[in-house]
Amino acid sequence: MKAMLNETPLVEAVANRLSPPIWRWLGIAAILATACILPFAISGYHVSQFSQVLIYAIAMLGLNILTGFNGQISLGHGAFYAIGAYTTAILLDKTGIPYWATVPIAGAICLGAGFLFGLPALRLEGLYLALATVAFAVATPQILKFKGFDSWTGGVQGIQVDSPAAPFGLPLNTDRWIYYFCLIWAVALVIIARNLLSGRTGRAMIAIRDHPLAAATMGVDTALYKSLTFGISAMYTGIAGALGAVLSAYVSPDSFPVLLSIKFLVGSVVGGIASISGAFIGALFIEFTPNFADQISKAAPDAIFGIFVIALMYLMPTGAIGIFNFIGVRLRRWAVAKRQY
Amino acid sequence: MPREGNARKGALLATVLFALAAATAAVADDTPGVTATEIKIGNTDAYSGPASAYSVIAKLESAFFKMVNDQGGVAGREINFISLDDGYSPPKTLEQVRRLIEQDRVALLFNTSGTACNSAIEKYVNQKQVPHLFLGTGADKFGDYQHYPWTMGFQPSYRTEAQIYAKYILKVKPNAKIAILYQNDDFGKDYPTGMKDVLGDNFDKMVVTASYETTDPTIDSQITSLQAAGADVLLVAASPKFAAQAIRKAHDLDWKPLFFMTYTSTSIASVINPAGAQNAIGIISAGFVKDPADPNSRNDTGMNEWRDFMAKYMPGADTTDGNYLFAYAVSKAMLQVLKQCEGNFTRENIMKQAANLHDLELPTLLPGVRVNTSPTNYHPIRQLQLGKFDGTHWVPLGDLVTGAGN
Repeated sequence: MKAMLNETPLVEAVANRLSPPIWRWLGIAAILATACILPFAISGYHVSQFSQVLIYAIAMLGLNILTGFNGQISLGHGAFYAIGAYTTAILLDKTGIPYWATVPIAGAICLGAGFLFGLPALRLEGLYLALATVAFAVATPQILKFKGFDSWTGGVQGIQVDSPAAPFGLPLNTDRWIYYFCLIWAVALVIIARNLLSGRTGRAMIAIRDHPLAAATMGVDTALYKSLTFGISAMYTGIAGALGAVLSAYVSPDSFPVLLSIKFLVGSVVGGIASISGAFIGALFIEFTPNFADQISKAAPDAIFGIFVIALMYLMPTGAIGIFNFIGVRLRRWAVAKRQY
Repeated sequence: MPREGNARKGALLATVLFALAAATAAVADDTPGVTATEIKIGNTDAYSGPASAYSVIAKLESAFFKMVNDQGGVAGREINFISLDDGYSPPKTLEQVRRLIEQDRVALLFNTSGTACNSAIEKYVNQKQVPHLFLGTGADKFGDYQHYPWTMGFQPSYRTEAQIYAKYILKVKPNAKIAILYQNDDFGKDYPTGMKDVLGDNFDKMVVTASYETTDPTIDSQITSLQAAGADVLLVAASPKFAAQAIRKAHDLDWKPLFFMTYTSTSIASVINPAGAQNAIGIISAGFVKDPADPNSRNDTGMNEWRDFMAKYMPGADTTDGNYLFAYAVSKAMLQVLKQCEGNFTRENIMKQAANLHDLELPTLLPGVRVNTSPTNYHPIRQLQLGKFDGTHWVPLGDLVTGAGN
């Protein structure tokens, strides 16, 4: 038994030496190239769907950092998505700030909001934190409708904004330009997340998730790290919200129901919650599955969606990324075994 | 290596870009969605999510166009009605409408559901110049023919309804103190606005308001404070659950104001009976759709036409649900527009005919309610019938009243 437990890391170590980084880089390059060519292979409406996928992926990447890597459950990320979207919409509506400059502003505001929300959330663990965040998500649409903010938020009618055209005279229509704009943000945020998670900060986050007491004993400032993680996570989701506002060219309180937060969590778990690439699979799932469900049954599309989720959780309890990793490990083991003979 | 990779990728990208720029120039189509044998009509509704009760409307519409096809279609063409789920989420509506227009290539959009959902697509649809007809919302803003010439509402707006109540109040109680309880959303907020349209500068003097959120457990305290303000007229703009609470609370407080109820909450099953029918006697409301519970409707030609349709095309559906009557009326209006096109189904002509309806009567609308449109009138129904609850059903009160529309 003990030997078996020890076996995996050993095999992994050998296997890692067998899979040189060149393959990894080629894989990433292939995915990126596909992502770049994609808008020219499909129609405008499909391009906007894939823009939405990228946006959801960024939002869920934020949630993965928080829940998957730091162990804090949030059922309220739809609220940060809404804050990001409204920041962009209000700035576009009231000021002359160009759309591309509103995105980092939305990110910064959500970073602050998330950090502040993280402070009281420190006293709450697990389920209690989940409840606090769900309250936040429930409150957000109502706050957006609040009379006192009407002149800013447009109240229940929301805000309509203009879609951006491609800059520098690029021969791209609006759909394709928004797609590339989202892609640039997605790539940048993935690189940042990777650097963050694979370094000292990431180790501290994971340590807090796995054993908070031990982490504190090792000298990790748990309070600071937890709040910071909350802030960074909110920033990611806020940037996604800002991009979402640019894509839809419209925001309203009804665009950000509690269901949106739950959808993010479902997507994260389906994709694989403690992974970066899982966010993209989860995003594909929440974008396209409801459309399939609608095609299968007009009577109960929610139920069909639920069946999909349950089935996937049975088949892939660690998310889609878990399956890929499992296959990868098997393949490498097979390669190692072959070498030994 | 990365630098070289980037250069190569850039070159590839540039090639694709040029190929594409050349290809896009060649696409042109006169009347999308219309062939010699078919007309495609697009629709979105909330089949999933919190507002899925509205999906019965789109289901009836699907069945209605099936009936039209069984009877030979319109101008020799079958109607292909494509209805998609948006879960009542505005960004999803935009996505589905883009699919309908760009991929399915529908000729027009019909009765897309929800105020915020329609707000999300209004601009896009008008850019694409696709007829966006008879929307499933009572918000007053849809019908702005100057800014959105391709978007046309259908039912009387809530604001029109409030104007009609205000006129009635001024007639019977010129010195009234009016209390308004409204739901804090797009639906409820139209009522104070409509009152203000009629009362003008006297609004602040004559009216006290209180609002509630749909998440509030009760509206008891609001009713109490409105009574304490000395009001002798009460207008309740609330969804059914809260409307029933309001009736009951006013009764418990022994408050007997001149009581007005929004037309969205006049269902005997879901409002009056829970509040106690005795407590609701004397309440005034307005309507434009017939009441399936009305015993007089048994011999009504229009209602019998509707009942025959329901029996044949929607067996098993709940025929006490007023949404089916509304859906039948709006589908009939759509059919009339298509017939008036006389085989010329360009988008321009569809829009022209939609704005060219004169005194159209629909089988499930109250007698005398007529649909009228013109290039400067995008609010097809502007009439409402006041009615008073007599303890068992709604009795007409006076003649049909016409609101201002805007």
